[in-house]
Amino acid sequence: MRSVLASAGVSGEARIPVSPLRWLPAVTLLLLLGPVVAGLLGTVFPAFGYLPALGRATFSLEPWHALFASPGVAESIRLSFVTGLAVTAVSFAVVILFVAGWHGTRSFARVQKLLSPLLSVPHVTVAFGLAFLLAPSGWIFRLTSPWLTGYDRPPDLIIVQDPDGLALIAGLVVKEIPFLFLMTLAAIGQVDAARVRTMARTLGYGTTAAWLKAVFPLVYRQIRLPVFAVLAFAASVVDVSVVLAPSTPPPLAVQLVRWFNDPDLALRFVASAGALVQLGLVVAAIFVWWLGERAVACLGRLWIRAGSRGRRDLPLRVVAAAALTASFLAAFLGLASMALWSIAGRWRFPDPLPSTLSLNAWTANADRLANATLNTATIGVAAAFVGLVLAVGCLENEARFGKRASNRALWLLYVPLLVPQIAFLFGTQILLVMSDLDGAWIAVAWAHLVFVLPYVFLSLADPYRAWDERYARAALCLGASPLRVFCRVKLPMLLRPILIATAVGFTVSMGQYLPTLFAGAGRLDTLTTEAVSLASGADRRAIGAYALLQMILPFIAFGLAAAAPAWLFRNRRGLRVTV
Amino acid sequence: MRILTAALAGFLALSPAALSTAAMAQSWDEVIDKARGQLVFWNAWGGDERINAYIAWAGDQVQARYGVTVQHVKLSDTSEAVARVVAEKAAGRMDGGSVDLIWINGENFAAMKRNNLLFGPWTARAPNYRFVDTVNKKTTTVDFTVPVDNLEAPWGMAQFVFMHDTAHVKTPPGSILGLLDWAKNNPGRFTYPQPPNFLGTTFLKQALIELVINPAVLQAPAVDVQENTAPLWAYLDALHPLMWRRGEVYPQNGPALQRLLDDGEVSIALSFQPAEASGLIAQGKLPDTVRTFVLDNGTIGNTNFVAIPFNANAREGAMVLANFLMSPEAQAHKQNPEVWGSFTVLDVARLPEDAKASFDALKLGVATLSPGELGITQLEPHPSWVAALEAEWAKRYASGK
Repeated sequence: MRSVLASAGVSGEARIPVSPLRWLPAVTLLLLLGPVVAGLLGTVFPAFGYLPALGRATFSLEPWHALFASPGVAESIRLSFVTGLAVTAVSFAVVILFVAGWHGTRSFARVQKLLSPLLSVPHVTVAFGLAFLLAPSGWIFRLTSPWLTGYDRPPDLIIVQDPDGLALIAGLVVKEIPFLFLMTLAAIGQVDAARVRTMARTLGYGTTAAWLKAVFPLVYRQIRLPVFAVLAFAASVVDVSVVLAPSTPPPLAVQLVRWFNDPDLALRFVASAGALVQLGLVVAAIFVWWLGERAVACLGRLWIRAGSRGRRDLPLRVVAAAALTASFLAAFLGLASMALWSIAGRWRFPDPLPSTLSLNAWTANADRLANATLNTATIGVAAAFVGLVLAVGCLENEARFGKRASNRALWLLYVPLLVPQIAFLFGTQILLVMSDLDGAWIAVAWAHLVFVLPYVFLSLADPYRAWDERYARAALCLGASPLRVFCRVKLPMLLRPILIATAVGFTVSMGQYLPTLFAGAGRLDTLTTEAVSLASGADRRAIGAYALLQMILPFIAFGLAAAAPAWLFRNRRGLRVTV
Repeated sequence: MRILTAALAGFLALSPAALSTAAMAQSWDEVIDKARGQLVFWNAWGGDERINAYIAWAGDQVQARYGVTVQHVKLSDTSEAVARVVAEKAAGRMDGGSVDLIWINGENFAAMKRNNLLFGPWTARAPNYRFVDTVNKKTTTVDFTVPVDNLEAPWGMAQFVFMHDTAHVKTPPGSILGLLDWAKNNPGRFTYPQPPNFLGTTFLKQALIELVINPAVLQAPAVDVQENTAPLWAYLDALHPLMWRRGEVYPQNGPALQRLLDDGEVSIALSFQPAEASGLIAQGKLPDTVRTFVLDNGTIGNTNFVAIPFNANAREGAMVLANFLMSPEAQAHKQNPEVWGSFTVLDVARLPEDAKASFDALKLGVATLSPGELGITQLEPHPSWVAALEAEWAKRYASGK
């Protein structure tokens, strides 16, 4: 079998002696890591006082002294660090306990269906919804006042933007649960979890215990990188923080953006030093997590060896299900409240619903909504399409020449997701200004590509690798060229996962805030940048309109991804979905 | 890296002076000719929907009349645009800059003027500048004590006012100390936007003007900051525990504070536009029980300007837009409380009859004070006080527990 494969590979090589395909993995890595590495260098030098463009050509530790002397910076660092770890721990625990307790049940399948709508909406949209849902003047209090709570004015309680960052943690957890859930599902598919679990069950273990003891060790290896990505993201997020985080002081990344934008250029050196602290903070958080991994592994081994069957796990299962349901419910209610605000006229506390309706938020902002939608759509489609071409190219290269990406290569793919954006975007911006590309559409699209590509690749890799190469061999034997085989056989058969990967890429692009801000020099508005610029104050109606569009675009993207194959293959029974 | 540095050095050697002199000699007709087809990136604070809509309207107008396209670059703080220009100068970009027009005043103007980052003087050449009231509206020529020198075009008058919901506040306080007494009786129902937001900083300045021993020191560059500002910090230390969220959380800007007023979370809010309350009531964004008040000894007033950076790419387009913003038509539209409600910089008495009529036809709005009721306009302190206040505020109240 292996020799047959090899000979097929060789014959493919022989036909196209210098296939451009061979270069594609290198080109992809360059496009992906080039901006990150260059941007990091562009941050490291100023952090030590060196930036000739700003008239400083000597190295010094002054930025570091200034950084640690600035008021509140220690609290900012603490806040970011704790947020990162807390978000990861909570969302991870909820997902793992739910999957352990409910995998294979009907409710599990139902939850799976709720996953993608929540996953595809940008973080900040969910944050808006949650902020309104939970605030003392928000929806929950409006629905329960005054008949239950007795409040005819909002109570003076600190819920959103609390100094401890609990609202920020909650907002991020709600959005990271679906992500980790999906990653866990993908991992389960790779490790033959059902059989392992059944085996453990027949040995008398309870539902949760069976999964945790037998399946979890296999699954965790697969979802480790996504967990780290969550950790890095939560410790350095800016857009969600603007909505939910405290501001006296804010998390480190928010403070850094402010310094970068200050007219006092000396603060840019301080900000660069801070960006390295942000990077170190993420590394430290990952290290702490790694220590936690070791501890859990030790305890877990003892627990497994003890052999307890853990049959009374119903309370745990109920708690896990309740936590997951609450987070989904909060997210959906929040999103619904935003949609409602976009058509609200008057809606005062404590009215449970708007007392008048109005389309004013839509008509008054029609031009700007249209402009932001257009930018979002064109940049998203471009980034997703280029990402797709590169991902398919790399995977096809792998399929034809038999070079399976190693574990180390996978780490490379995760680099843009693990390095905090703020740590390299500033350096990238300097390079863009130097090459006169800042504010250009193409610069923004490229910046998005850096974050889109990993997700496109990850979501396409499994179905692509699972494709049965014997179809290709059969076609080659019939005399078709590799290109023809690819276009006529492989592409149609893989069209569905390809389109879904593209839609995933599109939604990732939609949610980008900092890359748009830095590469776009503030001149390219997307739905996300517009919504965040309104976030700190302004009108909930306008935010509602942007938020609703942020929900609709992914819906269209995934809708098209589902509808296109169905329409294209309406006359080809073998390619229809069989559910 | 070395090549880049060398290239930058080459850029820096080019003096912008030659370019600017030529540009300044243009006649207004030449300006209009050159402006046609230009794309103007107007950097303006973007946190208020009604202002954004006005900016979009102005853009449509100059597009239709002069073929100038305007794109509003929405800032969360004007300093972002200043930072961009500073960075471009540092990187040697002496023309083709990314900022064409900035909505500006106060410390940002002072910083740009001091560092020679502005194009001009040019405003005297704009035809509509002759209607500006430079006699009775002194702040159109002196911006936070700094002479304007025709480097920025005035486009709106602002005065610091308080809004209160009469459903909850029967007699509004008449002074900064009176506000503290009111807060003692109504804990949790007052707050101000977090400095360095300009409205929050203005609240600090307003309080300082009333509390400082010798108000005259505020009109000169900041000296003896510790001693002169001590009464302000003592005041805030007393006020904060009585504020909304006990001063642990702050709204981030004016619209956020006004939303708190609409939600009933607070009873008193702040504004820099005397007609804003009326406009928000008309739009259904505030209850119709809201009214405006000022302090017995008057409140701070200033003027909003637009300025053109030295390296603006669409300099002529920016001038044409600025000139339009100063036109009687644009000013009247802006003063309409249903549109924005920002008071005009023009001397209405000197306008042609039809233009005068369009101002006379404007209603004041249900919650707007008449010019007489607005009382005395106090002068802005020197911009150097702003930096001192903001730094100290951050140290005291925004650095965690």
